[in-house]
Amino acid sequence: MDKNIIDVKNLSKSFNISSKEPGIKGTIKHFFKRQTKSIKVIKDISFEVKEGEIVGFLGANGAGKTTILKMLCGLIYPSQGSISVSGYLPFRRKENFLKNITLIMGQKQQLIWDLPPIESFYLNASIYDLDNFEAKKRIKKLSDMLEIGEELFIPVRKLSLGQRMKSELLAALIHEPNILFLDEPTLGLDINAQRNLRKFLQKYNKETNATICLTSHYMKDITSLCKRVICVHNGSISYDGKLDLLLKKLSPVKEILIVCSSDEDANQLENSGFNVKNKTKNEITIIIDNNSITSSLKTILNNFDIEDLYINEPPIDEIIGKILIKKDYDI
Amino acid sequence: MISKLINNKIFTLLKVQYSNMLEYRVEIALWAISGIIPFFMLNIWTNNNLNESINISNIMLSRYFLCAFFVRQFSVVWVVFSFEEDTLMGKVSPYLIQPLNPFFRYFAQHLAEQITRLPFALIIIFFFFIFNRESIWIPSLGILLLSTISTFFSFLIQFLIQSIIACLCFWTEKASSIERLLFIPTLFLSGLLAPVVSFPEYVKSWIYFTPFPYLIDFPANLLSGNATNISGGLSMQILWILLLFPLFRKIWSSGTKKYTAMGS
Repeated sequence: MDKNIIDVKNLSKSFNISSKEPGIKGTIKHFFKRQTKSIKVIKDISFEVKEGEIVGFLGANGAGKTTILKMLCGLIYPSQGSISVSGYLPFRRKENFLKNITLIMGQKQQLIWDLPPIESFYLNASIYDLDNFEAKKRIKKLSDMLEIGEELFIPVRKLSLGQRMKSELLAALIHEPNILFLDEPTLGLDINAQRNLRKFLQKYNKETNATICLTSHYMKDITSLCKRVICVHNGSISYDGKLDLLLKKLSPVKEILIVCSSDEDANQLENSGFNVKNKTKNEITIIIDNNSITSSLKTILNNFDIEDLYINEPPIDEIIGKILIKKDYDI
Repeated sequence: MISKLINNKIFTLLKVQYSNMLEYRVEIALWAISGIIPFFMLNIWTNNNLNESINISNIMLSRYFLCAFFVRQFSVVWVVFSFEEDTLMGKVSPYLIQPLNPFFRYFAQHLAEQITRLPFALIIIFFFFIFNRESIWIPSLGILLLSTISTFFSFLIQFLIQSIIACLCFWTEKASSIERLLFIPTLFLSGLLAPVVSFPEYVKSWIYFTPFPYLIDFPANLLSGNATNISGGLSMQILWILLLFPLFRKIWSSGTKKYTAMGS
């Protein structure tokens, strides 16, 4: 049984936010008297993550996903509660802890803009106390995995977004961290670049047994990488469990498109008690509960002359979209 | 072993930042040229025979202002502006989770910029001597070494002061405005516009208890060969560094607890 590598108990975080009314009047008022209020962005959350697990954090914009990641990696100080990552208190930012983790933010970069990425890689290698030989070996290994070559020697400002993101990943992984915090790592990448990045993360996880905590608005990132998801709604955890179970819970039915051999068969099927979504000539779409799918299909195949049949899963984006607006999922 | 590793980090940081600075060589040349205030001041002083009032010869005064220019070139600090921007934009976040204080990066940037500045400063000095041949002198090796150390201390004091102010951006978003408050006393009291010896007696009675005269006046006097208390000046520089460093550590440690990683 894998041990817990991340342990979060009753974690809360509040920020002081100042607000200003619009217009000149608001500006003058704001100048003389600032109105600030404390907003609790994370509310008493608890969860654990096992070593080697890939966990996706889902939630609408401003739900608190990134704030959780920032607290896990020690970037910001929690207001209440406790966090243990790999046995360390993240905010203390002990050297051994920092050598074990990495944070990749899709919209932020650490590479030196005017120099080729290779310079930043060697710089990071020295910051993590790697000698030149080891650094060279790791750069070679990671650049092979990420399929980057010539880009290593081109100034960062001249690289495409995809090439830059790969280089960012290499810079962030050169010290071979055990725990990866990824905040929207595929943001702005094209479909191929997104797929390559996901493939790389899967491979990295498989080869190193690294733990990965990921936030993304691209559902493909979540579905192809994460078996477990934590849904965050207004700073609280609304669901923590297997992605499959959540999808089943949110989408308990399947759509079946049946092509009948004649219009008459289609008419008979329409009036035989099934939940019909729509019908055009000899094509009819019915909705069947996941639990009764086998028996229903048997009935249809035995009693009607069927030319073709398609079983459709509801679009994943649609299902996960529901997660972003609903509060609780009790599975 | 530990010092070897630190040296390796600092050496690599310097190397990389130097490569980065070379990308901005034109800007650095312009910055070097823009630092010629002491030459304007020299012109004002000599044209109005102001040096007579403080018993300094024209030659010694021109050497003083040349050295003030040179010291200024190697003690310019802008960390407050870089750090403030990086903090407000969230760019400092990736550096905060690396096992190296982000201020080392800024420190290396400054040193790398100084190295890049050196040839341009030497060219300006060469032209200065062409037009002021009587001011040419060669300082002894010992004086050269001491003034290099003193200039570095001056840089360290300014770097620490600005870093302390920079850390205030964890509390207030515009820490650089606080730095602006220091700009005027630094300009007038450091010796950039006039040697401290020319200041009124009541100013001189307290000014040596502040860090300002040790930023330009002391290293410039030392290098130019003007009369100055070498051991007293160096001791005061070390004292200021020793006072400012723990203050920086304290404010950094408190400030990072306030960091909200805005913009990321």
